[in-house]
Amino acid sequence: MLSQENRLSFFLSFASLLGVLLIWQFSTLPQASRSPYGIPDGNAEYQRLMGRSAVASTVRSDFPTPGAFVRNAIEVLHAPFHNNGPNDRGIGWQLGASLLRVMIGYGLATLVAVPLGFVFGLQPVIQKALNPFVQILRPISPLAWMPIALYTIRDAELCAIFVIFICSLWPILLNTAFGVASIRREWLNVIRTLEVRWPQRIFFVLLPAAAPTILTGMRIGLGVAWLAIVAAEMLVGSSGIGYFVWNQWNNLSLSNVILAVLLIGLAGMALDAALAFVQRSVRYAE
Amino acid sequence: MQNNPALSPTFAEPHDADALVQVSGIGKRYRPDGPPVFSGVSFDIRPGEFVCLIGHSGCGKSSILNILAGLEQPSEGGMIMDGREITGPGLDRGVVFQGHALLPWLTALQNVTFAVRARHRHMPRHEIREKAEHYLAMVGLEAAMHKKPAELSGGMRQRVGIARAFCTQPRVLLMDEPFGALDALTRGMIQEELLKICAQTQQTVFMITHDVDEAIFLADRVLLMSNGPDARLAEDASNPLPRSRTRETMHHEDGFYTFRNHLVDFLVRRSALAQKAATA
Ligand SMILES: Nc1ncnc2c1ncn2[C@@H]1O[C@H](COP(=O)(O)OP(=O)(O)OP(=O)(O)O)[C@@H](O)[C@H]1O
Ligand SMILES: [Mg+2]
Repeated sequence: MLSQENRLSFFLSFASLLGVLLIWQFSTLPQASRSPYGIPDGNAEYQRLMGRSAVASTVRSDFPTPGAFVRNAIEVLHAPFHNNGPNDRGIGWQLGASLLRVMIGYGLATLVAVPLGFVFGLQPVIQKALNPFVQILRPISPLAWMPIALYTIRDAELCAIFVIFICSLWPILLNTAFGVASIRREWLNVIRTLEVRWPQRIFFVLLPAAAPTILTGMRIGLGVAWLAIVAAEMLVGSSGIGYFVWNQWNNLSLSNVILAVLLIGLAGMALDAALAFVQRSVRYAE
Repeated sequence: MQNNPALSPTFAEPHDADALVQVSGIGKRYRPDGPPVFSGVSFDIRPGEFVCLIGHSGCGKSSILNILAGLEQPSEGGMIMDGREITGPGLDRGVVFQGHALLPWLTALQNVTFAVRARHRHMPRHEIREKAEHYLAMVGLEAAMHKKPAELSGGMRQRVGIARAFCTQPRVLLMDEPFGALDALTRGMIQEELLKICAQTQQTVFMITHDVDEAIFLADRVLLMSNGPDARLAEDASNPLPRSRTRETMHHEDGFYTFRNHLVDFLVRRSALAQKAATA
């Protein structure tokens, strides 16, 4: 029964993909120039009367057809890591640069947010004292930090990393604090009656107990970071997938833009899937 | 804080000299404006004794146990164990919680190992494991050692909880309705195991229950609490049955029905009267 459901959903996703491709194909078909008289441009007789051959009159749409896109994609992906200076680097190289920035900024955010979240979760006074600041800082769009970051840090590379850091910090911090604060009281009582020392309390009880919630925060944080990096690189980058998108748009190479957009989506999905895997491994049934 | 005997009008007794635990006039008040949950509770627990506390739901039994465990502070009165005042939780008191309170991400064995390691910090790894396995075998769980709590039945979980409390070899075992969630059959089985283990190890036990037959089967002494709010320790009844009792033959013993009727009568009738008398 389930497999039938699976088959149906597989069929439906395949069908929707096909649908999108068809719409794409038809809306980007080579079109004839518009006739002012409402006569179909494809009408060969009319074309001949106007003294043109049907073939010569058609203009290529700017937007690539699926076929053109695929041909271009194969070509681009053939040498994804070529590097001929800042204006001609492979798309894989650019994607890697973005991933590296995200890893550094996000890694730093995790290193700061998880311990701080533990402090918040274990010390309600500190949480109360600092919560107003968190609530004000949290809704600020990462890009709004950009000018301040550029002014104070001055280094574009560090700015991008800072933006990633600042935007992934909050969800990890708040989820960790929540996860630690809502650890079952009886588990805390167990470690108290067993006089477990603090390092063991943290690593053998508090951390595993809060891990699923912490990982929810880390997934949200990574998602936000991946959203922000593209925008940040469009502003300051001299590399990275965001810079690549902007650069290709300036080159009017829509094929490359589409390819990059697809890769951004796939990479984001892969990052989330990796964390989802980790989350599954720390999940526990009560 | 020292006890003022006048605080406990319904139950005040001079402490036994060789008592392991002396509870003196403890009371608990969660809200400053309302009546206390209970007050003036004094009793002793002698070494090797099995003491049961019976009372209606909400009269403050768990609160008393948590105070004994050091997990909560009494609003009045104090407790002395082994000549020292109880101020916080410690390894000298093992607790079996009302919910089993096992760590769900660890297997049964790991849960027990965790407690053994907390007790014996410098014991070699394999000895810790052997000890944990020994206590799991004691409650009959050799076969289910590597299962997580979620994969165990309610009775098995409770037994892991008991093994976890036993393995730290506490001076006093505190148990909060350890069999509350179990069916009668499993319950009887574990009760027998528990009694056997306690006899073997000379374990001192303080246990909460609301099952009269369980109390008669297990306890050397039964403490009876009146109804809340402002509950008191109304009676301290010694079990007249011989210690060699078994669950099957228990009701043939002389004095079984007298004792049982006494307890049931308390729960049905006198617990409310005692409350009125105390609050009047
Ligand atoms: N943390 C708390 N804050 C406020 N009131 C509490 C708290 N813990 C317990 N109480 C109150 O104290 C009273 C006694 O609670 P307790 O859990 O000790 O009862 P109990 O005798 O163990 O009941 P049961 O047999 O149902 O387990 C209850 O009325 C309860 O509402
Ligand atoms: Mg209770």
